[in-house]
Amino acid sequence: MRYEAPTTINAAVKLLAGKAGVARVLAGGTDLLVQMRTDRIAPDLVVDVKRIAGMRAIATGAKGFKIGAAVSGAELGEHKALRKAWPGVVEAANLIGPKQIQSRATIAGNVCNASPAADSVPALVAAGASAVIAGTKGKRTVPVETIAVGPGRTSLKKGEIVEAILLPKRPPRSGDAYLRFIPRSEMDIAVVGVGVSLTLDTKGVCTAARVALGAVAERVLLVPEAAKALIGSKIDDDALARLAAAASAACRPIDDKRGTKEFRIKIAGVLAKRAAQAAAARARGK
Amino acid sequence: MTKINVSTTINGDAVDYLCDAESTLLDVLRDQLGLTGSKEGCGTGDCGACSVLVDGRVTCSCLVLGAEAEGRTILTVEGIAEGGKLHPLQEKFLEFAALQCGVCTPGFLVASKALLDRNPNPTEEEIRFGLAGNLCRCTGYDKIVRAVQAAAAEMRKG
Amino acid sequence: MPLDTQIDPATHKFKLVGSRPLRPDGVDKVTGRARFGADATAPGMLVGRILRSPHAHARIRKIDTSRAEKLPGVKAIVTQADFKDAKGDQDVVCNVMARDKALYDGHAVAAVAATDALVARKALKLIKVDYEVLPHVTDVDESMKPGAPLLHAGMITEGVEPPPKKASNVAGRCEFGHGDPETGFKQADVVIERTFKTEATHQGYIEPHACLASVTADGHADLWVCTQGHYMVRNVCAEILGMDVSRLRVTASEIGGGFGGKTTVFIEPVALALARKSGKPVKIVMSREEVFRASGPTSSASMTVKIGVTRAGKITGAFADIRMQGGAFAGAPTSLGAMSAFACYDLEHVKAIGWDVVTNRPKQAAYRAPGAPMVAFAVESVLDELAQKIGMDPIELRLKNAAKEGTQSSYGPKFNRIGLTACLEAARKHPHYTAKLGPNQGRGIAAGFWFNFGGQTCVSLNIGVDGTVALAVGTPDIGGSRASMCLIAAEELGIPYDKVRAIVADTSSLGHNDISEGSRVTFSTGLATIQAARDAIGKLCARAAKMWGISPEAVVWENGYAKPAGSNAGNFEPLSLAAIAKKAAKTGGPIAGHYEVNADGAGVSFAVHLTDAEVDPETGRVQIKRYTVVQDAGKAVHPSYVEGQFQGGAVQGIGWAINEEYVYGKDGRLQNPGFLDYRIPVASDLPMIDTVIVEVPNPGHPYGVRGVGETSIVPPLAAVANAVSNAAGVRLTALPMSPPRVLKAIDEAAAVKKRKR
Repeated sequence: MRYEAPTTINAAVKLLAGKAGVARVLAGGTDLLVQMRTDRIAPDLVVDVKRIAGMRAIATGAKGFKIGAAVSGAELGEHKALRKAWPGVVEAANLIGPKQIQSRATIAGNVCNASPAADSVPALVAAGASAVIAGTKGKRTVPVETIAVGPGRTSLKKGEIVEAILLPKRPPRSGDAYLRFIPRSEMDIAVVGVGVSLTLDTKGVCTAARVALGAVAERVLLVPEAAKALIGSKIDDDALARLAAAASAACRPIDDKRGTKEFRIKIAGVLAKRAAQAAAARARGK
Repeated sequence: MTKINVSTTINGDAVDYLCDAESTLLDVLRDQLGLTGSKEGCGTGDCGACSVLVDGRVTCSCLVLGAEAEGRTILTVEGIAEGGKLHPLQEKFLEFAALQCGVCTPGFLVASKALLDRNPNPTEEEIRFGLAGNLCRCTGYDKIVRAVQAAAAEMRKG
Repeated sequence: MPLDTQIDPATHKFKLVGSRPLRPDGVDKVTGRARFGADATAPGMLVGRILRSPHAHARIRKIDTSRAEKLPGVKAIVTQADFKDAKGDQDVVCNVMARDKALYDGHAVAAVAATDALVARKALKLIKVDYEVLPHVTDVDESMKPGAPLLHAGMITEGVEPPPKKASNVAGRCEFGHGDPETGFKQADVVIERTFKTEATHQGYIEPHACLASVTADGHADLWVCTQGHYMVRNVCAEILGMDVSRLRVTASEIGGGFGGKTTVFIEPVALALARKSGKPVKIVMSREEVFRASGPTSSASMTVKIGVTRAGKITGAFADIRMQGGAFAGAPTSLGAMSAFACYDLEHVKAIGWDVVTNRPKQAAYRAPGAPMVAFAVESVLDELAQKIGMDPIELRLKNAAKEGTQSSYGPKFNRIGLTACLEAARKHPHYTAKLGPNQGRGIAAGFWFNFGGQTCVSLNIGVDGTVALAVGTPDIGGSRASMCLIAAEELGIPYDKVRAIVADTSSLGHNDISEGSRVTFSTGLATIQAARDAIGKLCARAAKMWGISPEAVVWENGYAKPAGSNAGNFEPLSLAAIAKKAAKTGGPIAGHYEVNADGAGVSFAVHLTDAEVDPETGRVQIKRYTVVQDAGKAVHPSYVEGQFQGGAVQGIGWAINEEYVYGKDGRLQNPGFLDYRIPVASDLPMIDTVIVEVPNPGHPYGVRGVGETSIVPPLAAVANAVSNAAGVRLTALPMSPPRVLKAIDEAAAVKKRKR
């Protein structure tokens, strides 16, 4: 195995594009090193992107936030403006593992690892986040939900790297939240995760919403039917019941060591309801 | 096989080493530098026994490549005491019997130090969540939490 | 001073015993200096790695190591062929290295020693094993059925008369009790019978198994290993390798947790075989995945319990049928489970039957009070339900039936002085018992029993030239026992605690000691330490007598000084231990005390646990909100470490009750061999664990000490199950009470209620 730590994105792309065999990007390494250790992959090349300029920075602009691909969860959690604007995204990112993982794990890595149970992804999808991808043919920007195509599989082409995650500017009277279900209080992989982002009008009626589910399908799902249940409502009990039903209906989970199909379907509804309430409370300024 | 030359700072000392690309920081600390205080309980970031501080942040050294340590500042359990003087956390862990077998203790001390460095007056809940990445199978955590509370109080006194 | 000097522990004022000094190994452990199993190195050391079966059950047709042997850096490879002549317990040998069949996912089939870990890893991939995959079985009830895949062609159930003619997976049957439960059930007003299941759990010690072996060309061997019993390791390995016991010196490293799981051998004979074959030191360290797949978890159990009570709360009859799988070899702790099932109660009609069943899982090893926690879960759950049925307080029901001094236990012997009633009363008085519960919360209580053991023990106490003391014990320190032994030696000798240093001696430096298991260390090593100290005191008095020119009988030992026994003995200034030690060369040479014993009289112990659980009715998630442990310690030598045992056992039990389980796939492979999905409790899952130390002296120990290590894991499964059942409004009969299981039970109960309406 070869280890490289380039200082420019172009050099990183060139390394990844030029290498025959298995090449992997190393940002936080909290998935990659585990996969290496447990013999799931044996890369021929590892490209550490942490020394590339801008990769560890959070930029705030008129359009929103640009989060470098190597920014750790801990750094996200310490960024006050980001936490204020997108508390659901930050809380989701901060749920990825304990402090030891937070110091390294990145949301770009969480997206690219393409686990259906990735905590930050439902929150990012609900938030309408996109990813800036650098490759041999230049850069492109895509919605986050298009990156994972199945467990461990992405739509990224050879030589492509996620350079940053973009979060839009937060509209007024809006809020987001992410809730996951785990058996313990920490250290588990989500059995179900739900991200909700919504906007209310001055009367408290929901005008826009996005709902995303994790760990209930082969990839994170954006569920427009669930969002529809909220839009036009005051996030009342009826709307929440319809939301829960729509969320459960969208699930196509598997039985595994972490939970049964039946359980996941039911919990998706419960969490969708609770996450929507939390997001609405934030939108109402509570 | 070409080895990678790494220059770093460990427990305040400049250290140079050569390592394989595959070697983790934990492998380097334990097998090459003789710093066996950091333990490998799982190798996959699930137990915290290998916790070290990298640039002041607590990290599982089993999930860091040795090569990544280039130019960083590393603190291991061996560097917590200052000379012959134990750190208040070390003293309180002893006083409160916060260890039984002691194999998780280095990781707890490092993680607790990281916690108190950022939050000198944590609540019980903050301590429990702050140390959730460190598994202990002997104590049931009760005495560990109390030791951290006592050390925090001691350190606040200055 | 005579060796049998007894004190009355109930009234005796101890000077040091019962205090909480810092542990002697503490500074090493907080500074990273303590050396555990994986922390040792040797010049020229090789890395040993083990190849393991990916199949739950497979015939091994052929193992081809030729390509691996040719890999540069590979120095030795061993397979079954290297162990075919091994003597000793063949189950152990066969577990260490599979013979004709791999019997579980993770069973060792070959091992390599190479110059580094990367080469060793590569070499494992080059070993080709030709398997014929066979049908497998991992569930205890399935394995007992006729037609289940047979693990051992020759396994005839023991303990059944007449012996069955056909082989099965049932290794043995046992039965304990007295009277006739059926007669008892006829006298009852309420009888409840229920079937319970528990999943296998792992001890979950944070330190994986590790050892470093070296063997010289002339057959002298050294082994450094993390183990609960280095004498056991020596004896077993010497037998397997065909060497004299005295040729193998085993040194116990600091041990990073054991809980019973380090009371047997796994990698040690393999490391020695590789070291012998390669001529170089070989270190083997298990990965966490190997620990889960291939060390010894506990049994899973399936149990039927039937108990009858009168309206007045008298238990009239009790019956248990206990089925446990112990992995691929005989030895599930069914007899200990059956013996302990009803040991808390004074019963006229009681019977417990145990079935020891083999399955395609790793061979079980001891786990803290082996066999008892799961059976207590079943029995104490039924008692909780019975108390509710007859409208009686659950502690009151237990008090009415509690075993006492003189009770004939359900497993045979009559109890000596015991502390169950004292524990129950302390629990009832505890503020926790009457505290208000919040919404969705329930309270559970349960009692538990454990035997405690004594066993072979040998201690040497050596007095240095300055009168300080080196205490050599042979029981690895798994929870602070060196501190307790220093306290005891100092107490006896009348010197300060810090003048004694206890070490765990290697197998060549001290006589045989049984394993640190069975909650035996503070009891039996403590007892031997007391007697070794008294042996030394006898010699110190004799030296003082010599210095004074009087008869040894005329000298007494008080508070660390030799004194003339009375005015008739003469008028001499008392001599301190240091003063006598200083002159030792002139009065007869070095002074030491020794004691060797096969200790008997370990007092049984009881505990009562109280807990409050909160259940999320929409998700089935359980949170433990409050927990109190009440346990009889006889006499707490170092109360901090006694509390530590109480708390640690309770939390392991909480994990077992709520989230921990071995999950096997349809393919018979372990699905969760890591701490990510084998979910042991983390700090944020738990409240503080309150403790109450009850002290009812054990008549079998000079200070009244009872073992405390294991009893604490007996009640929590039941206590938590009772709390969860009371919170959820539905009886949970299967562990772990993981969210999917609890939610299903809540939903099913709601559906039944709806139908009834």
